[in-house]
Amino acid sequence: MAEAAHSAHEGDTTRRDFIYIAAGSVAAVGVAATAWPFIDQMNPAADTRALSTTEVDLSAIPEGQQIKAMWQGKPVFVRHRTPEEIAAAQRDDYANLKDPQHDADRLVQEDGQPGKAEWLILQASCTHLGCIPTFAEGAYHGWFCPCHGSVYDTSGRIRSGPAPKNLYVAPYVFTNDTTIRIG
Amino acid sequence: MSGPSTYEPKSGITRWLDRRLPILRLAHDSFVAYPTPRNLNYWWTFGAMLSLCLIVQIVTGIVLAMHYVPHIDHAFASVQRLERDVPFGWLIQNIHAVGASMFFLAVYIHMFRGLYYGSYKAPRELLWILGCVIYLLMVATGFLGYTLPWGQMSFWGATVITNLLGALPLIGESIKNWLSGGFSIDQPTINRFFSLHYLLPFVIAGVVGLHVWALHEAGQNNPVGIEVKSKADTVPFTPHATIKDLFATTLFVILFAVFVFYMPDSLGHADNFIPANPLQTPPEIVPEWYLLPFYAILRAFDFNIGPIDSKLAGVLAMFASIGVMFLLPWLDTSRVRSMRYRPIARQFFVIFAVVCFALGWCGGQNPGRILFKVAPFSATMNWVTGGQVTERSIRATSESEWQQAADAAVAELRSQGAGMTAVTREGATSGRITGVIGGNQQTRVVSGDTSELLEEHITEVKQEVGPATPFFAVERSSPARFTVTNFSLLLTFYYFLFFLVILPVLGLRERPERVPDTIAKPVTQGAS
Repeated sequence: MAEAAHSAHEGDTTRRDFIYIAAGSVAAVGVAATAWPFIDQMNPAADTRALSTTEVDLSAIPEGQQIKAMWQGKPVFVRHRTPEEIAAAQRDDYANLKDPQHDADRLVQEDGQPGKAEWLILQASCTHLGCIPTFAEGAYHGWFCPCHGSVYDTSGRIRSGPAPKNLYVAPYVFTNDTTIRIG
Repeated sequence: MSGPSTYEPKSGITRWLDRRLPILRLAHDSFVAYPTPRNLNYWWTFGAMLSLCLIVQIVTGIVLAMHYVPHIDHAFASVQRLERDVPFGWLIQNIHAVGASMFFLAVYIHMFRGLYYGSYKAPRELLWILGCVIYLLMVATGFLGYTLPWGQMSFWGATVITNLLGALPLIGESIKNWLSGGFSIDQPTINRFFSLHYLLPFVIAGVVGLHVWALHEAGQNNPVGIEVKSKADTVPFTPHATIKDLFATTLFVILFAVFVFYMPDSLGHADNFIPANPLQTPPEIVPEWYLLPFYAILRAFDFNIGPIDSKLAGVLAMFASIGVMFLLPWLDTSRVRSMRYRPIARQFFVIFAVVCFALGWCGGQNPGRILFKVAPFSATMNWVTGGQVTERSIRATSESEWQQAADAAVAELRSQGAGMTAVTREGATSGRITGVIGGNQQTRVVSGDTSELLEEHITEVKQEVGPATPFFAVERSSPARFTVTNFSLLLTFYYFLFFLVILPVLGLRERPERVPDTIAKPVTQGAS
């Protein structure tokens, strides 16, 4: 005992210090290991994550129309563009854009393959505050956001209004000629 | 503060109890014998109302939970069933919904009271901070509760608020998914929000216990802000404060009842009577009235500040606006507690209160709404009637030389006498130029109060002129204007200025007013 006190006085590491640190470490790991399941249980569950991809049958969508597919609980625009809409989108590649991007780059599939010009797959959420834009309205006949008046063109690019970015492209791949998988 | 206990058990039973669990002694010392300053005014009665509000919310909430179904397909219907089918469900549901608003009304008055009379200054710093914790928990509980009826505002409010966290760099997306339990607001979200909404009021009750404990340790502040010095400055809590609190609370309950029985839905939003629809957003997403000032701060930034984008700046400012309250005891450097004796601080305080109301107003407005503008929106339109139209294609040798090629084509056509030209780019290196030679040049100026009206006028002129006219050039000019967003930014600036600059600097510089002798003499026993 006297020896231990003496050592501590000298500032040396004693066996007691080691025991304190070791016990503290075990307790800290124990607390973390106990807390983690209670924290992690709030993350998306396996069945929720299983819903993270959605298949869409394109054959049911006539030219000039779009559907809203649900992906991860959020709507996705799947738009079957007309040749005029495609031409307008491609022509405006060089227009004065807020968030410049070429139409072809907005069609690229998740695996890097080029997409098909008639199918545009976008997340249906205005990049301003997350409202859902309405179909084929606004000066560019793309989308129009009723909340604060953002106007998107037929490529989903922001053309006027408060939104900072183009509508985000949803990650998708063609699984065959008439089916896509989103996510 | 309260000194040694004066409780004396009278009967055999209370004597028996007092030896074993002195709970009656605690109650007596806290709510009967407890000395309160004799000069407290009615601003000091809101603590009692807040206790009542908490009890009312817990009691009605427990009843509502017996009928509510936390499921995306049934939540909305279960609340409607409560309103229509459950015996007295309409009453209990309305009390709970209105109660949230009344709770916040009382807490805001309580907070402004503390701010005005300097109730956060030593030795009451922890008392104030515990109050801030309670307020933060109230905001969280109110937000979670508003999601549960699963109407349109519930759903989209929750979406907007959880998206805010997504604005945080790197970890934002993970935190957002962790909080909602999925990739959007959905079944896992409503389930956990219900669980937490049930939990948090009991946490609040616990912190209220600490708040009252801290209050009884430090003693109450009072309107003159001078510590009570002797028993002569105080009166026992019962009957003096008890009766006064009871009277004020009765008036408060009357107001409460007016809302519950005559206009239960007036404080809510009509859109929340539409079931949540993830496929359609309401035209305007607004929180409940008590969160509007913070919503205005959130939307005040429409520009990026260096690496911080506008969205993140808003999120940080909103959290900072509550965070700054926790630091208030050390930000205010004045040694004088009550603003009664701080003539300059009092004026800044009044401005601050007005700013808070104005922020609330801004939070409820469309952020793009124009408040003032120097001139109307106007547009100058030029077109040519008659004349000869020429169209040519432009080819550039490479993408980078496009602009030169286009300029050259314009210059060439102009030199041939074209009054107007237009270039359309069709690809990386190709495009088209159209020009009109000769003809009559026409000009017209239109104006409108809003940009939408202006566009309408332009369309009218276009239709009048006719699509056959090959050229139609529109030059729009937008006037300098002051929008709700600009106003919010100005108010936000003052909000932070008040806490971070005015209070620290003023406390050191201000010359307080003299405390009247009638107060100073008896308190200091003529020492100064």
